[in-house]
Amino acid sequence: MWSFPLFPEQASTLASKVDALYFFLIAISVFFSILIAALVLTLAIKYRRRSEDEKPVPIHGSLLLELTWTLIPAGIVLVLFVWSAEVYFSAVRVPKNAIEITAVGKRWMWKVQHMTGKREINELHVPVGVPVKVTLTSEDVIHSFFIPAFRVKKDAVPGRYNTMWFEATKIGKYHLFCAEYCGTKHSGMIGTVYVMEPDAYQAWLGGEQAGASLASVGEKLFTDLACITCHRGDSGARGPDLAGLFGKPVKLANGETVTADESYLRESIVTPSAKIVEGYQPIMPTFQGLLSEEQLLQLVAYIQTMKAEVKDEAGAAAPAPAVGAPAAAPSPGAR
Amino acid sequence: MQTEVVKGNEEAVPGNGLDRENYINAKHGIWSWLLTTDHKRIAILYLVSITLMFFMGGAFAAGVRLELMTPKGDLVDSDAYNKLFTMHGIVMVFFFLIPSIPAVLGNFLLPIMIGAKDLAFPKINLLSWYFYIVGVAVFLVACLFGGVETGWTFYTPYSTAFSHTNVILAALGIFIAGFSSILTGLNFIVTIHKMRAPGLTWFRLPLFVWAHYATSLIQILGTPVVAVTILMVAVERLLKLGLFDPALGGDPILFQHLFWFYSHPAVYIMILPGMGVMSELITAFTRKRVFGYEFIAISSLAIAVVGFLVWGHHMFVSGQSTYAGMVFSALSFLVAIPSAVKVFNWSATLYKGSVSWESPMMYAIGFIGLFTIGGLTGLFLAAMGLDIHMHDTYFVVAHFHYIMVGGAIFAYLGGIHFWWPKITGRLYPEYWARVAAVLVFAGFNLTFFPQFVVGYLGMPRRYHAYPEEFQVLNVLSTAGASLLGIAYLIPMVYLTWSLFAGKKAPANPWGAKGLEWTIQSPPTTFNFDHQPVVTEEAYAYAEGHDTSHDAAPPAAPVRA
Repeated sequence: MWSFPLFPEQASTLASKVDALYFFLIAISVFFSILIAALVLTLAIKYRRRSEDEKPVPIHGSLLLELTWTLIPAGIVLVLFVWSAEVYFSAVRVPKNAIEITAVGKRWMWKVQHMTGKREINELHVPVGVPVKVTLTSEDVIHSFFIPAFRVKKDAVPGRYNTMWFEATKIGKYHLFCAEYCGTKHSGMIGTVYVMEPDAYQAWLGGEQAGASLASVGEKLFTDLACITCHRGDSGARGPDLAGLFGKPVKLANGETVTADESYLRESIVTPSAKIVEGYQPIMPTFQGLLSEEQLLQLVAYIQTMKAEVKDEAGAAAPAPAVGAPAAAPSPGAR
Repeated sequence: MQTEVVKGNEEAVPGNGLDRENYINAKHGIWSWLLTTDHKRIAILYLVSITLMFFMGGAFAAGVRLELMTPKGDLVDSDAYNKLFTMHGIVMVFFFLIPSIPAVLGNFLLPIMIGAKDLAFPKINLLSWYFYIVGVAVFLVACLFGGVETGWTFYTPYSTAFSHTNVILAALGIFIAGFSSILTGLNFIVTIHKMRAPGLTWFRLPLFVWAHYATSLIQILGTPVVAVTILMVAVERLLKLGLFDPALGGDPILFQHLFWFYSHPAVYIMILPGMGVMSELITAFTRKRVFGYEFIAISSLAIAVVGFLVWGHHMFVSGQSTYAGMVFSALSFLVAIPSAVKVFNWSATLYKGSVSWESPMMYAIGFIGLFTIGGLTGLFLAAMGLDIHMHDTYFVVAHFHYIMVGGAIFAYLGGIHFWWPKITGRLYPEYWARVAAVLVFAGFNLTFFPQFVVGYLGMPRRYHAYPEEFQVLNVLSTAGASLLGIAYLIPMVYLTWSLFAGKKAPANPWGAKGLEWTIQSPPTTFNFDHQPVVTEEAYAYAEGHDTSHDAAPPAAPVRA
C-alpha cells in the first residue's frame, strides 16, 4: 500500500513531448530556487547583526546587475514560450489520417460514439498507434475531457464543438477524468480508456452491439426531419446545397466568409439565423431542443459524408473499414 | 525576550503613548468605533472582521482536507464537499485576501507614511468598511440558507442554469463588497497624489506606498468588471436573458473572459501589497537602503499593467483560438520578469547589511523562498503545451496557494508582527512569534508541496472522491494542513495576550526608518502634532541609524 506513483504513465506520442518540457522547467525551477535560497540564507547569516551599532554599507543599486537579472529571465521565458507553443501546436493539430470519435458530456457521464455507430458510456476504446480525433461537446454544463496518461485535456462546452487528438502508444487501461467542475458527482464523472491492438479494436467495434454507422443514422435523421425538402441540391432549392460543403469556405449574406466545419454545421442546425448564406432567405426553423447533442453529431457526420458521395466513392471519409450499415437502424434517440 | 511585565518601569518607555492620549483612548464607546472616520480605527475594524473571515475560510478548508484523507468521499456527501471548497474560496479570496493588507495595514500606515493626518476621504473610508460588512453579512445569509456550490469561479452555465444553491445571494455579497475595494483604491490614489508631506517626492515614497498605488489602480479598473459580471450571472439566473446560455444564443465562454479579466489581476491585488510589505521588512531588518529602489517601484506598476493582459491563460483548453492563446502565454511569461526583478533586488539588499532574524524578518525570508517557488511554477502553467495537462489539476491548486498563502499571507503576518507595536503600543513575545513562523512555514510546505506531485499525476481539482493511488500524497497534505491550522492559532493567542500584558513598545522598537516610526506608539488621532517635512529618500539608513531604541520624539521630521 505504500507504493504509490510519483509520476504519471506515458502512453501517448504527446506525453514524452510534454514531459520533456516539464523536466526542463523543473531543472530551471530547482536551479533558481536553490540559487535564491542559497543567496538569501548565505547573505542573511554572513551579514547577521553582530552589534546594535553596526552601520551597513550603503549600496543604491547597480544598473549592470538590474540588466543581468532582467535579461537572463527574459531569455529563458522566450525559450519557454517558443518551446511550449510548439508542444501546444502538436497537441492541437489533428493529423489527417486520424479516426474520429465523438464524446458528449452529460452530468455525470461521458457518452462516446464511434463512427461505426458503436457506443459506450464512461469507457473509451481506442487502437494503439493510430491517431484518434475526439469531437467534444456537452448537453448541459462545461465538462473537460482529461486523460492524464496521454497528457491531453479539452473542455466540452455546450453549444460548440471542441476537438482534441492523441495517439496511444501503450496497450493498457488509463484514467479518464472530468476536469471541469460540473456539480454534485463531478468526481464520479470518470471512466476508463482501453488502449487495444488495432485488430482487437476492430473486433470490438464489430461486436454484437454495433449498429448502423454514425453517418447512416444521420442520413435517416436527415430524411425523417425532411431536411431534404429545402436542401435538395438543385438551383431552385430554398436552402443551400450540402453536398461537398464540408471543409469549404462559405460566403455569408453579411459579406463574411466562414469555413464549413463541424461547429458551423451544428450552429446552422441549432441557430440557423446566426449565419445566413449569401443568396438565401433566413427561413430555416431552429432545431434547438428538438435534437440531442448525439443526434446533432450524427447529422454533422452525415453531412460530412455527403461530400464523399458527390466527389468520390462512398466510404472514403472513414479510414476504418466501414461496417456494412444494416437496414435496421437503432433508435437515434440519445437519452 | 518577553518576560513578566514589571509595573514599575512601564512609565519609562519613551515614545509609548498608551498612557497619553492616543487614537485608541481618544474616544470611548461602541459608536466611537462604528462611526469613526479615523483611518487607524477603521483599520482595526477591518483587522477584526477579516480575522474572523480568515478563520471561517480556514474552517471550510479544514473540512476539505479532512474529507480528502480517504479516497472515498465518506466524511461528508458530495454536495456538502462542493459547498466547502466553494465557500473556502469565496471567503478567502473576496473577504480575506483582497482586503487583507490594503484595508488593514494600508489603511493604518499609508497616511502616516506620507505624513498626512488621514486619508483624503475619511467618511468614504468608513463607508468602504460598511460595504465590506454588508457584503459579508449577505454572504453569511447565503451560507445560513445552505451555502453555495458553484466553485468560487461561478462558471456558467453551471451557475446560471444548473446550480440549486444560493448563487444570487452569494454573488450579491461579493458585488457589495466590491464597492469597498473600489472606494479604498480611490481613496489611496487621491491620498498619495494630494497629501504627501512637503519634500516627499514620488521617488522618496516608501515602496509600501508604491505597491499600494499599483494595487489601487487595479482595484479601480478591475473591480467594476467583476461586479458587472456577477450581476450578469444573477440577472441571467433570474430572467433567463441568454447572456451565457448557448440554448438562448449566449456564450458560456464569454463569462470566463469577463471573470478572469478581473480575477487574474485580482491575484496582483493580493500579492502587490505583500511585495510592498516585503520591501519595508527587508530594509528595516537589514538597516539598509533597498537595492534598486526605482526598479522595485516601477516593477509594481509593470506587474499591474501587464497583469491586465494575461487573463486568457486560464482558458488554454476552453477552445480559445490558438493564436489568442499564444499572445496570452507570451504576456503571462512577461509577468515573470518584474517579479524576478523584485526577488533579486530584495536578495541583494541583504548584501553587506545588518541582518537581524526577528520574527517579521523570518516571514520575509519565508516569503522570498515560497514566492520564488510560486512564481516559477506559474511558468509551468503559462507554458501552453504543459498547461493542457496541468489545467484544473492540483498543480494549479498548489501553485496559487504558494502565491496566496506563501506570498500574500506570509507578507500579511510579517507586516502584522512588524507594525503590531505601532498599532497597539505593545510588544508581543518574540520567542512564540518565531515558533509560529517556523511552524507556519513547515505546515504550509507539507500541505502544498505534495499537491504539485499529485497534480502532475493527474488528480483534478474539486474532486470529492479520487483514485486510491493518490491517497498517500493527500494524507501528507492533510497532515500539513493540520500543522498549519495549529500554527495559525498561535499568533492569535500571543497577540491577543500582548494587548493586555505585553511590554509597552517604544516609538521605534526595530530602529527602522520611515515616518511611522517617528511618532508615538500607538499614534494620536491626527498622527502628527506638526506637519513633518521630508528631507531624504526612503530607507536612508546609511548616514547612521538610530542606535538607541527610544527613537525620536513624537512629531519630529525624519532625521536628516
